[in-house]
Amino acid sequence: MPKHTLSVLVENKPGVLARIAGLFSRRSFNIDSLAVGPTEHPDISRMTVVVDVDEAPLEQVTKQLNKLVEVLKVVELDQSASVQRQILLIKVRSDAAARSHIIETVDLFRGKIIDVGPDTLTIEATGKSEKLDALLTLLEPYGIRELVQSGVVAIGRGPRSITDRTLRSA
Amino acid sequence: MTDTLPARPTPAQLAQRKPAAQPAPATKTAPVEVTGAQSLVLSLEAVGVDTVFGIPGGAILPAYDPLMDSKSVRHILVRHEQGAGHAAEGYAAATGKVGVCMATSGPGATNLVTPIADANMDSVPIVAITGQVTSTSIGTDAFQEADIRGITMPVSKHNYLVTKAEDIPRAIAEAFHLASTGRPGPVLVDVSKDALTSRTTFSWPPTLDLPGYHPVTRPHGKQIREAARLIAAAQRPIFYIGGGVIRARASEELRRLVDLTQIPLVTTLMARGAVPDDHPLHLGMPGMHGTVSAVTGLQKSDLIIALGARFDDRVTGQLSTFAPEATIIHADIDPAEISKNRYADVPIVGDCKEVIVDLIDAIAADQAAGRVGDYAAWRTRVAGWMETYPLGYTDVQDGLLAPQHVIERIGALSGPEATYVAGVGQHQMWAAQFIRYSRPNSWINSGGLGTMGFAIPAAMGAKVAEPHRVVWAIDGDGCFQMTNQELATCVINDIPIKIAVINNSSLGMVRQWQTLFYNQRYSNTDLHTSHNSRIPDFVKLAEAYGVLGLRAEKPEDVDATIQEALAVNDRPVLIDFVVHRDAMVWPMVPAGVSNDKILDARDAAPVWERED
Repeated sequence: MPKHTLSVLVENKPGVLARIAGLFSRRSFNIDSLAVGPTEHPDISRMTVVVDVDEAPLEQVTKQLNKLVEVLKVVELDQSASVQRQILLIKVRSDAAARSHIIETVDLFRGKIIDVGPDTLTIEATGKSEKLDALLTLLEPYGIRELVQSGVVAIGRGPRSITDRTLRSA
Repeated sequence: MTDTLPARPTPAQLAQRKPAAQPAPATKTAPVEVTGAQSLVLSLEAVGVDTVFGIPGGAILPAYDPLMDSKSVRHILVRHEQGAGHAAEGYAAATGKVGVCMATSGPGATNLVTPIADANMDSVPIVAITGQVTSTSIGTDAFQEADIRGITMPVSKHNYLVTKAEDIPRAIAEAFHLASTGRPGPVLVDVSKDALTSRTTFSWPPTLDLPGYHPVTRPHGKQIREAARLIAAAQRPIFYIGGGVIRARASEELRRLVDLTQIPLVTTLMARGAVPDDHPLHLGMPGMHGTVSAVTGLQKSDLIIALGARFDDRVTGQLSTFAPEATIIHADIDPAEISKNRYADVPIVGDCKEVIVDLIDAIAADQAAGRVGDYAAWRTRVAGWMETYPLGYTDVQDGLLAPQHVIERIGALSGPEATYVAGVGQHQMWAAQFIRYSRPNSWINSGGLGTMGFAIPAAMGAKVAEPHRVVWAIDGDGCFQMTNQELATCVINDIPIKIAVINNSSLGMVRQWQTLFYNQRYSNTDLHTSHNSRIPDFVKLAEAYGVLGLRAEKPEDVDATIQEALAVNDRPVLIDFVVHRDAMVWPMVPAGVSNDKILDARDAAPVWERED
């Protein structure tokens, strides 16, 4: 099934996340990734939801989301017409011998070392999920102690803003 | 999300459109200093509430004090919160006005969940108001605390948790607006106890703040013209009328559309009465227990015009084989219903009344231009099915009553101006089949959720809403035992409903399935309410409540007993009709099977001519 990225603008009210998460589970739609945060407008939060569905169920997801009273707008962001980013924090086993190799790899991926311990390195990397997967594959042989990643956030390319019109009608 | 038809607005575009004009506020009130509880009651008065069904308790207690002084709001004390919820539904379904129920926190609120879910499935406009523990205690597992907002999220149109007194008027105004506009539905307002007790300023009307709520009521002109074009070109068109037509109060307009086009129609369980049953083009009810002509009419059609219907599995049977040759025009106020189950070739988002009016204009214009659909051959064929496969039942041989006969006589003797409210099961299907409806809102039942126990409290609500009407609760012996405590409410509050218990001493519909699909192994369906034992004796039970209790066991007593019940109007009347146990609901399309496999009676599939 193809992955689709939905940007969902919602009123910044308590319980909205539960409503959206509940809708996905109730209608048996699988969430691949979910990220929520405030926007440039204090009353509006933006959720980026990546779903693994075909075209027809996707239409149903969108319509059901739009039915929620606190949802202001649902926009699908096309992979090619948007920038999609994820952040990854990873703690890798690293002795003195491996350290420079790891740093070199992280540099190649434009990642950062954010913490150093006697036998670990903690790395921050951002990018598309494909890039982060590639980095992970390279780091795996050293031994991954701990890994955490955010949901995907996405924004459309070009000058247009999906919040503009929503704010005007809100 | 790319649309196949260029004219089709995307959900996002729909969300951008301007909302429909809001109803003018009832009154304008200058600010007054009050408690949150007074503000709640003043808000209810201001939105025009005349009746609230409910039960007080700890957290909602502050609201009940000013409620006692209200001149315009009548509170009816029920015996179980589920009864309050269904009564609110019955009130709303009978009139189209928003029904209101009230309960306290915790168990009071959770007892409302069933009616809220029921109203959500059947698009019934109700507002449920619940007390909540003090805001500082929320989340601590306080006494009688339940997260009713979280619990009702998936089964309500919307819900609120109000913890500040100043938010009460806006929450109430929004709740009524949401419940009654767009696709109607239940809205819950949970109010914490401290919001009720603290001081605030009340003024009316509040400003609604619903930036994400823009129901589309005006249909798209291009879609209407496309629908009219398909209608003119069709050979075997059929109207598939759903409950949306009732909720949109579009019966008159629909009648004009049917007469203009001369296209046969079916009315679903939720739409019985939308068009009179004696209309010559009315094929009856479609679905699992629909008429052969209605089921077959949809099945063989080349164009289905669905108005306010949602292609429910009980109508379509096995979806993949439903109406295989039909093109679909689907009009609904809820965009999410369109193409949910069956792909719509022409989707129309809008209020059914406006859709129908626009369709009439478009079709009339087409006809004036000489584009008139010719369905004479189709009408002949359909009429043939109606004649060959009328609804019927076999008379019972064991001297007991045929339940279908009882229900048919109740309908015949009470007439089309009465309101008929059913529970869920065999009696519900027979009431849908054998009463001749000719008035919208004269048939009230639990369709989507299938809530046993719906009839008594919903009939109570319908009678409160329209005291001048005869209101029958046609109930089963199983259903009746789920909510009959509301007989007390009916007697005490002078709500003289009439109750027909179709008593076959069984969970009849389940028993029917056990007969047909489980080798007559009657696992846990014997209720012992007649046929050898009467536990309880419904006549004695009625009398214990102060309800007139009657019983009919022989065919010759049926009419006289119904007449006797119709003559009593100073208190509720209950008739215990002891009916044959093995009567079954026919026709039937077994669950999950193609509608082509409809059985007219047991082992009796209709014999089709070759062309059929």
